[in-house]
Amino acid sequence: MRIILEKRLKAPACAGLLNFIVSLLLALIFGAVLLKAAGHAPLQAYLQMLKGAFGGGYELTETLVKTTPLIIAGLAVGLSFRVALWNIGAEGQIYLGAAAASFVALRAEAIPDFLTLPLMGLAAFAAGAVWGGIPGFLRAYLGVSEILTSLMMNYIAVFFVDYLVYGPWKDPKGYGFPLTPAFLAEAHLPAFPGVRLHFGLVIGLLLVFLVWYVMTRTRWGYELRVSGGNPRAARYGGVNLPGTILLVMALSGGIAGLAGFSEIAGIQHRLQHGFSPGYGYTAIIIAWLSSLNPLGTVLVSVLFGGLLVGSEQLQISTGLPTAFSYLLQGSLLFFILGGELFRTYQLKIVHDKTSRETGGAHDG
Amino acid sequence: MDNRSPLVEMRGITKRFPGIIANSCVDLALNRGEVLALLGENGAGKSTLMNILAGLYRPDEGEVRIEGERVFFRSPRDAAAAGIGMVHQHFMLVRKHTVFENIALGLPQSGFFLENKKLKSIIAETSDRFGLAVNPDACIQDLSVGEQQRVEILKALMQNARILILDEPTAVLTPQESEKFFLTLERLREKGCSAVFITHKLEEVLRLSNRVQVLRSGRTAGVVRTKETSQKELACLMVGKEALPVLDRETLSPGAEVLRVERLCALNDRGLKALRGVTFGIREKEILGVAGVSGNGQREMAEAIAGLRRISGGKILLSGRDVTRDSPAARRSAGLRYIPEDRLGTGLVPCLDLFDNAILGRQRDPAFGSPLIMDRAAIKRFGEELIARFDIRSSDPGSPVRLLSGGNLQKIVLGRETSGRPRLIIASSPTRGLDIGATEHIRRVLLSERAQGTAILLISEDLDEVLELSDRVAVLFEGQIAGIIEPGKVARGEIGLLMGGIAQASCK
Repeated sequence: MRIILEKRLKAPACAGLLNFIVSLLLALIFGAVLLKAAGHAPLQAYLQMLKGAFGGGYELTETLVKTTPLIIAGLAVGLSFRVALWNIGAEGQIYLGAAAASFVALRAEAIPDFLTLPLMGLAAFAAGAVWGGIPGFLRAYLGVSEILTSLMMNYIAVFFVDYLVYGPWKDPKGYGFPLTPAFLAEAHLPAFPGVRLHFGLVIGLLLVFLVWYVMTRTRWGYELRVSGGNPRAARYGGVNLPGTILLVMALSGGIAGLAGFSEIAGIQHRLQHGFSPGYGYTAIIIAWLSSLNPLGTVLVSVLFGGLLVGSEQLQISTGLPTAFSYLLQGSLLFFILGGELFRTYQLKIVHDKTSRETGGAHDG
Repeated sequence: MDNRSPLVEMRGITKRFPGIIANSCVDLALNRGEVLALLGENGAGKSTLMNILAGLYRPDEGEVRIEGERVFFRSPRDAAAAGIGMVHQHFMLVRKHTVFENIALGLPQSGFFLENKKLKSIIAETSDRFGLAVNPDACIQDLSVGEQQRVEILKALMQNARILILDEPTAVLTPQESEKFFLTLERLREKGCSAVFITHKLEEVLRLSNRVQVLRSGRTAGVVRTKETSQKELACLMVGKEALPVLDRETLSPGAEVLRVERLCALNDRGLKALRGVTFGIREKEILGVAGVSGNGQREMAEAIAGLRRISGGKILLSGRDVTRDSPAARRSAGLRYIPEDRLGTGLVPCLDLFDNAILGRQRDPAFGSPLIMDRAAIKRFGEELIARFDIRSSDPGSPVRLLSGGNLQKIVLGRETSGRPRLIIASSPTRGLDIGATEHIRRVLLSERAQGTAILLISEDLDEVLELSDRVAVLFEGQIAGIIEPGKVARGEIGLLMGGIAQASCK
């Protein structure tokens, strides 16, 4: 008897979901071992996280608050992945989008009220698009790896925002804290009554639908799928490949910029140092875990939002650092990547004479 | 050693893959100094059977004996140690490494440090002896398909294989190269080496082999002595029915000129001159064949005309209009269609389904919807029409096309590229690697396109195919047209000379 890896003819329909669930369980078990080693009761900690994230109306809305930027940024990164482009720069695009939106918001007095939010959104999208478009341009026309450039541009964007909030845009009445003055009410995204959850979630869901529609129903989406599947075939099929690369990277950056807009217009109501706890990086994991499926992006984002909120609760009650949630995220990614093997291969136990004789012949 | 037992004996070999049985109870015997031809259609199980002999697969059932002794190969290394060398149809070469490195990789005498000079001289000597000229310092990815095949053959020969398995060895060779290769094979046979030879080409079978074993759907359809058989009998055994009749090719008088290429120059991927001033024209209802040893500019020519390769000089006119600067899309809308040499690499998107692939290049056609809403029903209808018209066998057209066989892939490309009233079709090795049935089908389609007024540029390494289908044949040698001839008016040998650049040299 021996166990062999055999190639599957076709990946089972539910393979992605099954892989996700099993990987999640394995990540939780892995986390439990670490919790135990650190002297915490794993089951209690998990229950507390679950309660903290999904235990009631308030908890749920808080989770959705964290989910919102993750959906938008995850969608942005996922869009580039679909075309085999690796936009690692969502974090910088979020920051720059937020800065551009703030630029508009800080001049809200001079702008008609009904125009403030649309203009903020537009500015955020444009800034993100430029920030994503630069690596896109370098990749499309000069063959420079967009992974490196988009990653490095994160630092430029984050420090640029720091410069703004420590320098020219600093709130004079802010006791020296690195933040801008609070935005006027007309620059706030409307919130649901009584909670922090805001209109940004609706924007996110609309974007999810829009991206899904574009990818599956439009001609441009078709050309994107072709470009992602086989760039040579795309050229052969008359797709303007460099133009497509530039456009996709700009679009991806623009959407990530909207995540920044949603965050500062919906929650922070001002631009401040370190307002994103790495949403742009978590977005990379989300894009990958959701198998680039827009609906999957929503579900994984909710899970990760819950993880963030739950671990914050845990920190308050037990003193366990929130870094634990990143640890769970990371291990989940590892298990998923490992599990991908079983999407294309299956384990098979074979009993046959040949193999036993093979062993015998070599032993004897 | 038992001298009466065959050199290689395979008994009751069965090999299952998920969904199919590739070999079912197949017996095979190979005698000393014998060349056995293994004949069969695509998917008949020839490659699987030989992969088992070469140690790549283990059989689910059955046994392999060498000189009467039962052997158990756990890897190709075991098989190589037993003197079995295989030249695969799909090259097993490290693309980024040089020819020398690839050959040294498989040699037992190459140690931790590669002894460059000594090994290189052995390689040079071997390649000389067998007439397989390659530059040992060239990178594999820069070589043409034909040159890569030469490296593969050389690699096996360097390993002192006494049982050589050749998976369609001449599929990519020119007649001259094939001739040389046949001589090589005969020389090996004289020395007592044995070979199994997988092929589709009946002529080669009759010419080269001592015995023929025919496989059909994973089972043995027959084993015959070459002297006692005929092309017809073999074809029948292979396809299980009377082979298709010879194509009748009507005589047509060509119409207006569709394609005009003037002093076309282009570089290859290495930045070297691949095309040096090629000039020709093709008219309606005309097939211009391009013959030549692979690597003499054929690929560059096809890509340059299709707009996929930047040209360094010259002009391309389509129906009298200069399209030299036009994008591939613009050339398409001017009626140009291209059947590329590598189907999955260029002509199709492996991860998308048949329907998506069926409209590749025609996605801007208003018949398939507007930019904002593609007409999915129309796309589906078109895909199903292709399936029906071209007899594409797919259990689930909604699954990725990479799961389909080579013949079916080629039918998708062919069906797509011949639909929508083409003016000019560039067909690059359209039947390579396909079985007789699929080959005939594809040739018929090309001829019917010709009858409908399409101009066709047929680039093929199969000289028979070029001669059978073309109205005129241009012979390409080192990026130049060595001569344009009319099939039937010139002897084959003369074409071979043109392909080898000899006639051109003597003219000068």
